[in-house]
Amino acid sequence: MTEMLKVTVDRQSPLAVIYTEGYINNQGGEEIARVAYDLIDSDHKILLLNLRGTKIVNSIGISILIEIIEKMLEIEGQLAFCNLTPTIEKTFHIMGLAQYAKIFPDEEVALGELSA
Amino acid sequence: MVDSAVIREVTLTLPMLPDMEIAASKTATALAEFMEMSSDKIDEVRMAVVEACINSFEHSRAEDRKVEIHFAILGNDQPERLRITIKDSGVGFAPGKLETPRIEEKLKAASKRGWGLTIIKGLMDEVDIHSGPRGTTVVMSKLR
Repeated sequence: MTEMLKVTVDRQSPLAVIYTEGYINNQGGEEIARVAYDLIDSDHKILLLNLRGTKIVNSIGISILIEIIEKMLEIEGQLAFCNLTPTIEKTFHIMGLAQYAKIFPDEEVALGELSA
Repeated sequence: MVDSAVIREVTLTLPMLPDMEIAASKTATALAEFMEMSSDKIDEVRMAVVEACINSFEHSRAEDRKVEIHFAILGNDQPERLRITIKDSGVGFAPGKLETPRIEEKLKAASKRGWGLTIIKGLMDEVDIHSGPRGTTVVMSKLR
């Protein structure tokens, strides 16, 4: 059995960084969504999902990330990603997520652009 | 053209239980490493195996709640290709009738799911799907 995804948050209002560690499956995706919706409720309209601790995802987990993107579009916010493995990044491009969520190579570059 | 020989092969029978796809992905990783695939290709194989297993777990409705996975390293003298066959005894589906998901439509739809085959086809070099009322077999390959 795999361990539950660990999620931690760094709040830098109006931006927040969500760090993940582990497998993003359905439970992992739901945990990210729970954290993301809490942040949205506390006026964080820009969320950066740092996947440095995630080496594998599945399509069920990604479909929950699409729900978060939909929510961010509704509130005119933004969800972005950084530190993706090449395969996760390729998968996001295959699915077209990159059209609706920016992908940055690392957190420094992401914060520089998202905070501007 | 000379047919490739089977250099190594492994068969797994997995129960359709949560996270069992990870067991399959570990076997795929071990064989891909043996073939000296690049780490990026290994990750792609691993993810495709996860998706193929999840598709079977979620949609096959197989009464035996099992999926059989056969891994074969193919080549002549040297490993050239990893072929992975995922087979269930479920109700099958019509691959030709499946619509390719589009992100702009999924963003508005109640269900955001249905990406498995798109991901598999995007990550593997060859994918064949055979499906009927006695089950589904997905055969996918990755060149070294």
